[in-house]
Amino acid sequence: MRAQGAAKVESTVARAEPFVRIAGITKVFASRDRGALKAVDDVSLDIQPGEFVSIVGPSGCGKSTLMMMVSGLVPASSGEIVIDTKKVSQPYSDLGIVFQRDALLEWRTVLDNVLFQVDIRRQKHEDYHARAVDLLERAGLVGFEKYYPWELSGGMRQRVAICRALLGNPALLLMDEPFGALDAMTREQMNLDLQRIWLQNRKTVLFITHSISEAVFLSDRIIVMSPRPGRVIADITIDLPRPRRLSMRESGGFGKYVAAIRETFQSFGLLKED
Amino acid sequence: MSTPSALAGDLASLGAVPVAVRGSSFYLYPIAATVVLFVIWEVATRYGNVSPLILPAPSAILAVVIDKFPVLMRMSAVTTYEFVAGFLLAAAMGLPLGALIVYSRPIEMTFYPLLVAFQTIPKAAIAPVLIVWLGTGIMSKILIAFAISVFPIVVDTIIGLRSSQPETIYLARAMGATPFQVFRHVRFPNALPAIFGGLKVACTLAVIGAIVGEFVSSDTGLGYLLLVANGELDTRLVFACVLVLTVLGLMFFFAIEALERVFVRWHVSARQAEAAASGG
Repeated sequence: MRAQGAAKVESTVARAEPFVRIAGITKVFASRDRGALKAVDDVSLDIQPGEFVSIVGPSGCGKSTLMMMVSGLVPASSGEIVIDTKKVSQPYSDLGIVFQRDALLEWRTVLDNVLFQVDIRRQKHEDYHARAVDLLERAGLVGFEKYYPWELSGGMRQRVAICRALLGNPALLLMDEPFGALDAMTREQMNLDLQRIWLQNRKTVLFITHSISEAVFLSDRIIVMSPRPGRVIADITIDLPRPRRLSMRESGGFGKYVAAIRETFQSFGLLKED
Repeated sequence: MSTPSALAGDLASLGAVPVAVRGSSFYLYPIAATVVLFVIWEVATRYGNVSPLILPAPSAILAVVIDKFPVLMRMSAVTTYEFVAGFLLAAAMGLPLGALIVYSRPIEMTFYPLLVAFQTIPKAAIAPVLIVWLGTGIMSKILIAFAISVFPIVVDTIIGLRSSQPETIYLARAMGATPFQVFRHVRFPNALPAIFGGLKVACTLAVIGAIVGEFVSSDTGLGYLLLVANGELDTRLVFACVLVLTVLGLMFFFAIEALERVFVRWHVSARQAEAAASGG
């Protein structure tokens, strides 16, 4: 399985200059009483411009750590990450992040939350106001600009967080289980909405999830990670037409991808059925 | 004894009870409770054969407040100045100290144990020493009020600044925020509800501190007047002093709460909406 994944990565390298290049990344957390904990083990991965790549893996497999390293917020123990030909050594500015918890600032209105980075970058609100309103409109939040986060539902809050990440029109969008805290119905709607937004501008997305069907539904490519220490154990290209519809999940093609990923996990002793 | 429930019934029929988070019930309930308390007190002292030396009737206390109004106001001005100044000093020292403790490990290790040790000393016990050092004037009272009220401000500032969701800090840093920007845009606003919690506890303690200082040694202030009245077995004046002091403390507390509503409206509104939702 592993060799197969590696071969695929090489072929993508030959195809074009990757937008994100993760080369031999390892992360070891030093722990005083339990010795060193290796969270991510020698992960290499190239992401093409405009590609929607998901990482699936069991909880604790280091996928969130990997994302933090890509964002530059957490340094890698070894290996290097290059985004758009620039080596990541500090937070890379041209990206948007969405976490599982929406991380909205409770003291800011919806509009001011979306405009958060304008304050951090000491720019003028007026220059981004129209874009913020437009993003909120596309996210179905018209009329909620002046609301505070506590007045919104969980799904609406996460939409605001996504609008905030998209404000600067970032070249790279990092999403760490963004819909993990939502109920099943809201989650499906968010999947549809995210696909629609992504199809409009085709930014590079690195999406982390533990839902196999969510990954298949959204992605161009899925990276499957092993239990800790996280390694790449499969690299699967999803060749399904877009825009994808929810009903497609019952189709044979969709099912084959889901089954392939599940079998990969099962070969690692996960998802035991007995 | 059916007065309270009958009153509540009347209020309900007036439409005061329903969900309105900050409607008339907000004021009516505490006012009604106070009135009921005073009525019971009045009846008990009048018909219960209680000596006015032990417990004077509220009407008698009010009469003294009106009779001695000028001197009570003069004394109030002194005491108010002491506890407000002590409180402001505590806020001016406590907030930066809390922030320094959160941001600097050496400062935390140096000052935090000292601060806790200082807090465990009963301030009434060191009040005489402060009087010896600073004299019997206003300064010693301000310092006692400060000493007694600084601790909750420091502790709640620390709790508040440490309670940010990690993701909100990551997010700001990913946008390129400097440590000061993270403080200004994330940690400090997030800490404000906790800080106001500390300020509200501190403002009531500052009043106690000022009175403790006046008890130990002074020639002016409500605490001084109270001691004099007590020495003369003028129980009505003692209670008049207590009543005025209570009103002053309440006004101070509600002034801080009004500030809270201005600066942390997002939190106060959310809290009240939650209370209304669970209460209804």
